[in-house]
Amino acid sequence: MNIIVCVKQVPSTNEVRLDPETHTIIRDGRQSVINPFDTYGLEEAVQIKERLGGRVTVLSMGIPATERLLRDAMSRGADQGVLLTDKAFAGADTLATSYALSLGVKQIGEYDLIICGKMAVDGDTAQIGPELAETLGLPHIADVKKILSVDETSLTCIKLTDNGEQELQVPLPALITVLKDINMPRLPSITGVEFSLTAPFHSFSADQLAADTSRTGLNGSPTQVVRTFTPERGGEAQEITGSLDEQAAEILNLIKG
Amino acid sequence: MSGLVIDKQKCIGCGLCAGACPASALTMVDDVAQVDQAACVLCGICVDSCPEGAIAIVKESQGNTADYHGVWLFAEQNQGRALPVAFELTAKGRQLADELSTSLTVLLAGGPGIAGEAQALIAAGADRVLVGEDPKLAVNLEENYAAWLDQVVTEGKPEILLFGATGFGRSLAPKLAARWQTGLTADCTVLEIDKQSGLLYQTRPAFGGNLMATIYTPSHRPQMATVRPGVMPYPVLDETRRGEILACPFPQDFSPLVRLLQERQIQAETIADAELIIAVGRGIGNAKNVALARQLAEKLGAALGCTRPLVDTGWCEYKHQVGQTGCAVAPRIYLALGISGAIQHLAGIAGAQTIIAVNSDPEAPIFAQAQYKIVGDCLDVLKALLAQV
Repeated sequence: MNIIVCVKQVPSTNEVRLDPETHTIIRDGRQSVINPFDTYGLEEAVQIKERLGGRVTVLSMGIPATERLLRDAMSRGADQGVLLTDKAFAGADTLATSYALSLGVKQIGEYDLIICGKMAVDGDTAQIGPELAETLGLPHIADVKKILSVDETSLTCIKLTDNGEQELQVPLPALITVLKDINMPRLPSITGVEFSLTAPFHSFSADQLAADTSRTGLNGSPTQVVRTFTPERGGEAQEITGSLDEQAAEILNLIKG
Repeated sequence: MSGLVIDKQKCIGCGLCAGACPASALTMVDDVAQVDQAACVLCGICVDSCPEGAIAIVKESQGNTADYHGVWLFAEQNQGRALPVAFELTAKGRQLADELSTSLTVLLAGGPGIAGEAQALIAAGADRVLVGEDPKLAVNLEENYAAWLDQVVTEGKPEILLFGATGFGRSLAPKLAARWQTGLTADCTVLEIDKQSGLLYQTRPAFGGNLMATIYTPSHRPQMATVRPGVMPYPVLDETRRGEILACPFPQDFSPLVRLLQERQIQAETIADAELIIAVGRGIGNAKNVALARQLAEKLGAALGCTRPLVDTGWCEYKHQVGQTGCAVAPRIYLALGISGAIQHLAGIAGAQTIIAVNSDPEAPIFAQAQYKIVGDCLDVLKALLAQV
């Protein structure tokens, strides 16, 4: 069972601070972690590998420093890391990112299952999983909360829906995106950390992937950012004053509308 | 040319961009920012950092857009009824279509009987409803819906296509965007037509909701967006409105790979569309006090919400978690008890109409987002509320 786990480098959530003057996020671009949702995808892949054998590959598109995070993933059970890094990938929206990742998947070769986190916590789009699946011509199941059974030919799982749950079966290869309640990610083991230092790591440029650069990076991105701005706060919050009983009564008034 | 462009007239030489650049691609030369295009990774951090708006990421335009006309939207159903977000989108779509002097088409798909919902969508503002009525569309499954939508949208060539940002919409829309190789903006809270270009400006909360980003798709069609439920106003239905209802059959030769074995509809207990939410954060103190909040919520007919640390400590279940890694909510009233307002939490309550925050720390970031505040012990306030309901 060969599994590919897509991971994204995101700003460390603990490092995110607000500028008190402008209320914008202070991003220094230097502190980063694996997107939390992707760590659940990695854990799920490693658990499947431990049962069925095979290989887990972590795949990312990003700056060269992303290697550190891929090695971290290898200390938690992944067997190899693949990084797509090139100036030609910069400025990609979800469509261009999906295209680049699809080339990475083809480069990795044989696979049965692709796992993505539900979404990245910096972009919040949840689009990469479905777009990557479609680009590869694969079926996808989003928001998986539990895998009931899996072998080389098919996967049965429970998907969380807007109104409850669906139990679904899909032939492999396929792509799933996972929720955070699917498992509890492990910490790196000592042998894992040792392994990660020398574990197989491959980095590919756009050229090496034979990428069509009209489909990568900024050129391959149909969407563009017009502007970013700080949302209007609508003024200072109004203080509810008085005794506790009066404050409670005022809250209940607001609730009743 | 494509890439990072600095407007030398606007640049005041403050150097903020050079300091913010994680790739060290910006330098100050004679008090004007200069970019090393080879080093720049187009992350956009400098664009945000520039106080003068002197930096932009630009791209040469391409593609043929003239053949695409009309505003279309997908009306999602559950168990044979169109969802409220379908009506919210129809009202918004009406407005966009009027601004573009074009027509509004609603795509309604579902199992046998779904056509009965078409008239209400016309009353909400649709000029035309295309109906896909088939047992294969009775349950919301991406492959079947994509097969039907692909057929009607490829044929009809709309310039704009909207989806509700439900779990299903956010899984279905990207599948289609990749198939059609066009742009898709996720979870928008504002949609406008740019008067100059006639393009759809799609605004969404970026990282943590503290930054808004306006995004457009200049040269690919359709311009696609998913729109957060509960944000656009629900329309007043005009039963006298007339429109066209057209049946569009499901492609019979299509068979999906994903197979539904079982569906369980679980009623209620979703905080996403709760009218009133009583939410607790670490300031609540302990698990026993969470039970008090739960009691208050029950008495008021409200949903219980919580922050991530409370789920991590086991005081609340995950289904109550509000925020970036939990649920985005849009209640009329959000009562935040002992919540400091980490940006990941604030991201989830951007759609709330009125926030009432109670916190002992006068500097708590939640107060900047709230309309009403009490600086004090949230447990005292909670007990006083319980005494009065």
